[in-house]
Amino acid sequence: MFAQLLHPDVIIGILATGVRLATPFLLAALGEMFAQRSGVYNLGVEGVMMMGAFSGFWVTLTTGSPWLGVLAALLIGAVMGLLMAFISVTLQAEQGISGIGLYMFGWGLAGFLFRLLVGYVTSVDGFHDIPLPGLSRIPVLGTVFFDHNWMVYFSYLLIPITWYILFKTTWGLKVRAVGVTPEAADTLGVSVARIRYTCVIIGSMLAGMAGAFLTLGHTNMYADNITAGRGFIAVALVYFGRWTPLGIAGGALLFSTVDALQLWIQVLGIDIPYEFPVMAPYVLTIIVLALVSGRIWQPAALGRPFDREG
Amino acid sequence: MRIVFEKRQSISRKAQVLVPVVSLLLSLVLGAILLALSKANPWETYVAMAKGAFGSWRNFSETLVKAIPLMLTGLGISIAFRMQFWNIGAEGQLVWGGVAAAGVALFWADRIPAGLLLPASLLAGIIAGGLWAGIPATLKAWIGVDETLTTLMLNYVAILYAEHLYYGPWRDPHGYGFPGTAQLPPAAWLPRLGNTRAHLGLLFAIIAAALLWFIFKRTRWGFELTIIGENKTAARYLGIDIGRNIVLALLLSGALSGLAGACEVTGVSHRLQQGLAIGYGYTAIIVAWMAQLDPIAILFVSILMAALMVGGDQVQMMMGLPAAVGLVLQGLILFPLLAGSLFTEYKLKIIRGREKATTGGQV
Repeated sequence: MFAQLLHPDVIIGILATGVRLATPFLLAALGEMFAQRSGVYNLGVEGVMMMGAFSGFWVTLTTGSPWLGVLAALLIGAVMGLLMAFISVTLQAEQGISGIGLYMFGWGLAGFLFRLLVGYVTSVDGFHDIPLPGLSRIPVLGTVFFDHNWMVYFSYLLIPITWYILFKTTWGLKVRAVGVTPEAADTLGVSVARIRYTCVIIGSMLAGMAGAFLTLGHTNMYADNITAGRGFIAVALVYFGRWTPLGIAGGALLFSTVDALQLWIQVLGIDIPYEFPVMAPYVLTIIVLALVSGRIWQPAALGRPFDREG
Repeated sequence: MRIVFEKRQSISRKAQVLVPVVSLLLSLVLGAILLALSKANPWETYVAMAKGAFGSWRNFSETLVKAIPLMLTGLGISIAFRMQFWNIGAEGQLVWGGVAAAGVALFWADRIPAGLLLPASLLAGIIAGGLWAGIPATLKAWIGVDETLTTLMLNYVAILYAEHLYYGPWRDPHGYGFPGTAQLPPAAWLPRLGNTRAHLGLLFAIIAAALLWFIFKRTRWGFELTIIGENKTAARYLGIDIGRNIVLALLLSGALSGLAGACEVTGVSHRLQQGLAIGYGYTAIIVAWMAQLDPIAILFVSILMAALMVGGDQVQMMMGLPAAVGLVLQGLILFPLLAGSLFTEYKLKIIRGREKATTGGQV
């Protein structure tokens, strides 16, 4: 019954969907990478994504401009990032639990606002695909890689950009220093709090954008549970990618391909209970975490608040 | 002038009581702003919520119905949190408890004497919940896998598996396509209190709270778990087997959440169906934190959080506001609560000019 999956058109379809669906993982996980590199474990990505998905959708619905929608998602992400940074950096609260608080708050608020402001299922005119001239005509590869909307291209461009920022700029060096030895960085005159605030806010903005991709670049509609745990998986991808952009990109593609596979299994009506393919990414996350844990380097100050002596 | 935090000599009792109260008030104020922005009258909304939750015996019993699973999962979570094992997986453990209890009641009814069907169903739920929590515990104890993510992922797996069962093989053949199993045999129903929907699970929760109080205050094992949470190095130095204790504590933690699920199925819905996983396991995190992991306080805080859930449903029916308002308020409580834990251990000191703090707090 899986023979249908081996049809060339289907394989190309799965790969193209996989490349596209890597976008929310890439945006959210590359953002979370900055937060974690600076020493803050932001588990609230899922809640920020949910609010990004809703605000992007709602602003597009009311103004007709998906660009304003993305802008709204970025702003909401920044505000929620500021909140997370205030609680975890300034007030030094337990970060795992703060993140769950941010998740519940974002989740509840998105559902509340959707019922209050929209209340019915409707679709918006999101971003359209932009086939890259020339490249999109290459057989197979063109469809798989070069026929997507701008958010997809942008998320792939972020891989080299974040790599450059993290490893080749002074600011990136400061971020890495703050995440490993905040005491030493502080002695050298680096403001640990400012770096951590900046990183958490950038990460959260990208998470908001990842949410907006789901409503404006993928389904063109909003539904409860539209993020479906992708924000949590993005946090896991940072571990999987060992805090490097390239590693994260590999993980994002692995997960998005599994995601695409389960979508296609449902679309093709292959006769297995739909819950099992849907389960696959979550099970894969656990397996992956088990495989990479223990033996890996991680930012030494991850999850540890920093306070100069009074 | 600068403001610094100074470590207190001992944890402040006053702050311990004040912080949860102030957190609740602050969340209500923030919630009022949100309601006002939504063009709803905050005062009327809160009055409607309070009436909905406590206005009559009937309403209060509905609040208890929602409080019982919060009590049991909150108690379960508190065990794990004491060891600083962040078990976010109570939701999935609860779902497994419900699945196992329904499975036994539905399919073993002819093999188990009627008098034992209910205890067997509850026991199955307890075991299933415990084992489900045992997975992340074992991964953490053996190879150090971060538990926040594994427990979260297992929630999704458990919920999807339960869906598979009641949409698929366990679906009631006479249910007119309704997604849910057949009704459990009455022998497996948990007795209810009077003519309300509140059930014997309340008694289980009270017993569990008393037991946990005893374990943590009076037994060596409880003391070991507390040491592991406070200082892993000290625990290792004292020869405490951290890995074994993590697994044991999590089996107990998951067992209580499993019991919560089993009680929901045998006491409230009488079948496995949609609506079992409505976020009790997440709200219970707030419950445990707000009660500062104190088992007796968890019972009372659960009633408060359940009131927000029931109150949210009420304002939806009466004022047309989304029920999610209760959820938003819950999320809003957690932030000041987390921030407030700083004030129980530290005190604010305002320093003028170049004066130096006498005892700087290293955090």
